[in-house]
Amino acid sequence: MEIDKIDQIIDKHHGEASSLLQILLDIQSENSWLTKEALGRVSEKLNVPLNRIQHIVTFYKAFSLVPKGRHQVHICVGTACHVRGATRILDTVEEATGIKPGETDLDLKFSLETVNCLGCCALGPVMEVDGKVHGKMSPVKTAEVLKMTVS
Amino acid sequence: MSEIQLQIDGKEVKAKEGMTLLEAAQNAGIFIPTLCHHEKLEPFGGCRFCIVEVEVNGWTKLVVSCVYPVEENIIVRTRSEKVDRIRKTIIELLMAHAPDSPQLQDLAQEYGAVRDRFEKDASFCIHCGLCVRYCAEVAKKNAIGFVGRGINKEISFIPEIAAKECNNCKECFPLCPTSYLQAAFVLVEALAFPSPSSKPEPEE
Ligand code: SF4
Ligand code: FES
Ligand code: FES
Repeated sequence: MEIDKIDQIIDKHHGEASSLLQILLDIQSENSWLTKEALGRVSEKLNVPLNRIQHIVTFYKAFSLVPKGRHQVHICVGTACHVRGATRILDTVEEATGIKPGETDLDLKFSLETVNCLGCCALGPVMEVDGKVHGKMSPVKTAEVLKMTVS
Repeated sequence: MSEIQLQIDGKEVKAKEGMTLLEAAQNAGIFIPTLCHHEKLEPFGGCRFCIVEVEVNGWTKLVVSCVYPVEENIIVRTRSEKVDRIRKTIIELLMAHAPDSPQLQDLAQEYGAVRDRFEKDASFCIHCGLCVRYCAEVAKKNAIGFVGRGINKEISFIPEIAAKECNNCKECFPLCPTSYLQAAFVLVEALAFPSPSSKPEPEE
C-alpha cells in the first residue's frame, strides 16, 4: 500500500489520535492487512507510540498483520451451528483449501476464520464468504460454494 | 484540598482528597503488599494483590487499594481472613506462570500459598506491566509493549527502538518480578540486533 493512500486516510480523519482505531480499520479494509510501514506511518503522523498501536492491532481480531487472501471464508461454530454439524463444514473447507482457521493459502486465494455466531442460527450450519451468508450447509454444498467463489 | 478522615487497621488516618487508599496507608506507615504498583507510575490495578476490606456504614466490600480513592469515615482492614485467602490464591495462580520468582516465593511463604496448586504454564511474565509502563511513562522510549489479549497476552520489544535505546537504559530490568523481561530482551537482542561480538568472525 502506498504512503500516499495511507496519508489520505489519515487526513480524512484530520490526523487526530482519537481516530486511531477508525484509521486502522480504514487501512485494513482498503488493503486487507496492515503492513509494518503503514503502522509506522500512522504512528509518526498521529504521534502515537508504535507499541500502543501494536497492542491495539493485536487485540482486535478485525486487524491482520499478515496478508489476507482474496476471499474471506467464515465458518460459524456457534452453539446452534455446532450441533447442526459445523465441524463437518469446517473439515470440508480445510480439506478443499488446505488451510486451518486463522490461515491464508500460499496463492492468497482464501483466508479462513471461525466465528461464534453470525446471528442467523435458524439457517445453521452457516458459512459466510466475502460477506455473503450461505445457510443450511452440507459438505457437498460447501464444496460447491467454494468452487463458485474462485471460478 | 479538603482533608479526609478514615480508619486503617484501627488507626485514625488523615488523607487528602483524591489520594488512593494505598497512598493513605503508606503515609501512615501501614504496609499493604503490592505487585504491580510503582510510586513513579500511574496506578494500574493489574495484579489485585493490594486488595483490602473496606467497611462503609456497616457493609464490607473488597476493593483494590492502589486505585481506590479515600473516602470519609471508612474503615479499612488491610488483613483479614478473606483478604488473606484472596491473596493466597492470586499468588498460587501467578506461580503457575512464574514458579521461581523470588518475590512470589516470599509472598507465598507469608500467605501460605502452595506453589504447585495449579498446573504449570510457565510463561514467566505475570503481566504486571511495570516494564511497559516504566518505558512509556518514565523513560519515555516506548520500546516495549503488550501484544495479544487474554491468555495470549505477552510483552514484546519493538526491535528498531530497542536497538537504539535499550543498551543505554535498561532501567526496567530490576522492576520485573520474574526476570522474564531480561529473557525477552536477550531474545530480541539476538534476533533483531546482534551485538558486534556475537556476529560470526569474518573468514581469514
Ligand atoms: S516482563 Fe516482568 S515487568 Fe514486564 S510485565 Fe512481565 S512480569 Fe511485569
Ligand atoms: S450459531 Fe451459527 S449463526 Fe448462530
Ligand atoms: S498493586 Fe494494586 S492491583 Fe497491583
